[in-house]
Amino acid sequence: MPVRVQTHDFDLTTEIAQLRADTPKVGAVVTFVGTVRDLNEGEHVAEMELEHYPGMTEKALEDIVSQAKSRWDIFDALVIHRVGPLKPLEQIVLVAVTSAHRGEAFLACEFIIDYLKTLAPFWKKEQTPSGARWVDARVSDDEAMKKWAKAH
Amino acid sequence: MQINLKFFASLREAVGTSQETLVLTSDLKTAGQVREFLCQRGGVWADALAEGRAVRIACNQEMADTSTLISDGCELAFFPPVTGG
Repeated sequence: MPVRVQTHDFDLTTEIAQLRADTPKVGAVVTFVGTVRDLNEGEHVAEMELEHYPGMTEKALEDIVSQAKSRWDIFDALVIHRVGPLKPLEQIVLVAVTSAHRGEAFLACEFIIDYLKTLAPFWKKEQTPSGARWVDARVSDDEAMKKWAKAH
Repeated sequence: MQINLKFFASLREAVGTSQETLVLTSDLKTAGQVREFLCQRGGVWADALAEGRAVRIACNQEMADTSTLISDGCELAFFPPVTGG
């Protein structure tokens, strides 16, 4: 399964070992791990809740991985995204990409996380000292996605 | 025609429901027209789905826009811009 949405944590070492098991043609593994910060927009974040759209979220992630595979010469990609309540320091998301050489894997990994941030239906709600609030989408995330339209 | 509506995140909280089956008696053809129809309910609906609000639409679990055509039995979702990752 190249895409997983789950409430429980993941172990980077285990996931990478599985991703490249019995695949000696792999020469590069690039990973991105997103984690919960304790500060956002100047406020302390005690906890956040991640909501998703069951069914569509998985489809959207699979589509993003397919696009990455068609654009770059990579072997495999894995996306794990957690949902439910999460506290600062916890892992939220993992993107891992394998390829023969690092260049393609770096690009595909960044492409996947940039697209995920703009197209995959997840929403964060933060608990702060002044109450709960939904996180607003960032313009910088849209900009990050747009750059892939021109590049490559 | 009957369609299934879904609402997520801040929009779900604003309208106070996560899903609804809508039997359409009027002649609505697009996702945008359904949004306008829901706005006409007034109150929290008009506020949450008002023109100018950043509302994303998905039809049958694919990103859509106001011009996307709806069909009998389709799943139409409304939600704010996504913030995962």
